[in-house]
Amino acid sequence: MGRLSVDLCGIPLDNPVIPASGTFGYGYEFAELYDINCLGTFSFKGTTKEPRFGNPTPRIAECTGGMINAVGLQNPGVDKVIEEELPKLKTCFHKPVMANVSGFSVEEYAYTCARLDKEPQVGWLEVNISCPNVHGGGMSFGTDPKAAAAVVKAVKAVTKKPVLIKLTPNVTDITEIAKACEEAGADGISLINTLLGMRIDLKTKRPVIANVMGGFSGPAVFPVALRMVYQAAHAVDIPVVGMGGVSSPEDVLEMMLAGACAVEIGAANLVNPYICRDIIRDLPAVMDRYHIKDLKHINIESTGE
Amino acid sequence: MKQGLFEIIENKALNDAVYRMRLQGDVSAITAPGQFVNIKLAGKYLRRPISVCDKTGDVLTLIYKVVGQGTGQMARMTESERLDLFTGLGNGYDLTTAGDAPLLIGGGVGVPPLYWLAKELIAAGKQVSVILGFNTKDEIFYETAFRDLGAAVTVTTVDGSCGVKGFVTDAFPAQYSYVYTCGPEPMLKAVYKQTKTGGQFSFEERMGCGFGACMGCSCKTLTGYKRICKDGPVLTKEEILWED
Repeated sequence: MGRLSVDLCGIPLDNPVIPASGTFGYGYEFAELYDINCLGTFSFKGTTKEPRFGNPTPRIAECTGGMINAVGLQNPGVDKVIEEELPKLKTCFHKPVMANVSGFSVEEYAYTCARLDKEPQVGWLEVNISCPNVHGGGMSFGTDPKAAAAVVKAVKAVTKKPVLIKLTPNVTDITEIAKACEEAGADGISLINTLLGMRIDLKTKRPVIANVMGGFSGPAVFPVALRMVYQAAHAVDIPVVGMGGVSSPEDVLEMMLAGACAVEIGAANLVNPYICRDIIRDLPAVMDRYHIKDLKHINIESTGE
Repeated sequence: MKQGLFEIIENKALNDAVYRMRLQGDVSAITAPGQFVNIKLAGKYLRRPISVCDKTGDVLTLIYKVVGQGTGQMARMTESERLDLFTGLGNGYDLTTAGDAPLLIGGGVGVPPLYWLAKELIAAGKQVSVILGFNTKDEIFYETAFRDLGAAVTVTTVDGSCGVKGFVTDAFPAQYSYVYTCGPEPMLKAVYKQTKTGGQFSFEERMGCGFGACMGCSCKTLTGYKRICKDGPVLTKEEILWED
């Protein structure tokens, strides 16, 4: 085992670096640029039961230190993902992949997870509970501990694979949701999803995003993300995957010191598609600089000196 | 797609708002007219996509209009400064369907990608006609450049201050073998309605990554969902689906 290796819910990772869902497609745009087998794993594009186009365009806005997206879970649907995307991925990625799943009802989550449970390429299910619950007045599953727990239970009932619940930061108390997921049987949590934001075009005096609001991500959110990862990691005993604005090896180490056992990288892939490869390459030197021997026990042993 | 550092060898105003930037670097990933580059600018998070106007040797020509902070920043850059570019993005125009007498129609900053296209088509022995549409005389650029290539050029202005008064659709010739166009969406739609042959239409959308990863710039077509940055920006007439 190398000094970068970590464990995520019982599955070893060569390193903790994981491109985040929605910024890495199903992998092959990046496989054309570098050998993506250097990654710990990656979380593929959020997949739903039915195919989705997503929201109307414009869906993207520039911000200081980041961007807003309101793509709206465009994906070909779980059937096509299994029939077309996973076989294509097999040719260029030989590690277990993280399957990111979204839904608009508890039944939809369970259906999609049950389908992906049968796929040997899938290592983990990462369940995005930031979507609106169509049977719950449109309120996000991730902002209501009871709704979040209902999704966890339904998904756990249909899969033997480790289930990570991806949390939205748009809540008053992240520890309450994290604990609810843990109690309902989640194997881990990942956070943060994007922060709700908006921009207005001064020329048209209208919102830049057709959907008015969207998810803000990028380096500007890193301190908020780090704080929430720290709070969540201290509230639960299950593994925590940290993400939000991570753009450098130093950010990865900060996330891990805050309590994350692995780190996802999102928006940064869009402006520098080589960033995950480069962070993995540069991590050992940065670890040396801070006298961190390995990443498995970073928050308890390596920093105790 | 290729990432590379390019050196600015010219950055010159063509009129009040439109600039031409010439950059030297590795242009090998740029394979077709109609493709674009995505430019990293200091202090800006997302890159700025700009269509390729020309490629000669290792020199890349971009023509851009100052419309916001990013392009404003580009306009203030000077020779010998360097820019980080992704090159070879997008599908570009397919020249094989041109026929003998292709018609090229550009509106405003939709004109630049047609320059390299015209050059290639003329080199292939085609009789190229070009319609360049602008709002007013002061906005016109590259009329002479197209003529110097040997294209038959018609300029239209909305206010009639130069050339044919009206829109590009008011200057359609009687005979043409194929249409290649780039410009604002209302213009593309009007051209689409008037086009009697096949054609290729280049679209614009706000992009996240520019290389197909984020799904930020998707559009619906008759042959499925397409990413403007990766499956486009050029769509064929047969696949376009107008939504409104």
